Amino acid sequence: MKVNRRLMLKGATASGVLAAAASAGLLAPRAVLAAWPKAAFEAESFDDALNAFAGSTDTSASDDVKIKAPDIAENGAVVPITVETSASDVESISIIAKENPSPLTSSFTLGKGAQGFVSTRIKMGMTSDVVAVVKAGGKLLTATKEVKVTIGGCGG
Amino acid sequence: MASSIKMRAKASGDTVTVKALMKHPMETGQRKNSKTGELIPAHFINEVTAEHNGETVMTAYWSGAVSKNPYLSFKFKGGAKGDMLKISWTDNQGKSDSIEGKIR
Repeated sequence: MKVNRRLMLKGATASGVLAAAASAGLLAPRAVLAAWPKAAFEAESFDDALNAFAGSTDTSASDDVKIKAPDIAENGAVVPITVETSASDVESISIIAKENPSPLTSSFTLGKGAQGFVSTRIKMGMTSDVVAVVKAGGKLLTATKEVKVTIGGCGG
Repeated sequence: MASSIKMRAKASGDTVTVKALMKHPMETGQRKNSKTGELIPAHFINEVTAEHNGETVMTAYWSGAVSKNPYLSFKFKGGAKGDMLKISWTDNQGKSDSIEGKIR
């Protein structure tokens, strides 16, 4: 049942992206290839990205979500981020750097058996809050951490 | 040719910790060539999938905001030593690569 719902959701976002691309007249081959949430990645503000990706901006900060990031990142091109959550029914984990030109950096869809844990490295243009958004049981749980960046890693 | 992915999957109990390093320029499309002033076209991995025994355990969607030569780590339950794990990526220019390895 749960699997069905996930598939449905996935299908819905995919066709949404396709429809948007088609209507804009630029049916890029990559939009066809994967269910890559283009609109969400191209959104320029935190709320837009959330809306495009999760369909809601209704988030709540939660102790069940933990984000691990450096206080000061000397090099904005490589900022290690680890997100851990103890929430149940985790569907996805996204990492959003609020002040980046396109805030949504990455999104991890967890399949069967996957634990609420991801770790990766992101680029940050400037000092900003990094928000981990965990979608669990239809809710959006967040944890925020400010990372100070000395040298930006976007553009140049 | 050597694969562009390095992967290590380790089982402790029934939880498997996967670490992977990929070799990729991850261009955002916002950087300029310092000599000519032309924009360097975007070139980044946008999808990474991990399959355990043919079942997808994790799909990652990325933008150009993931660092060059990306690192990825995640955990999943239900794997055992000797199981096969496959990691594959696709980038925005349609290139792809994959690697398959045993869980240790």
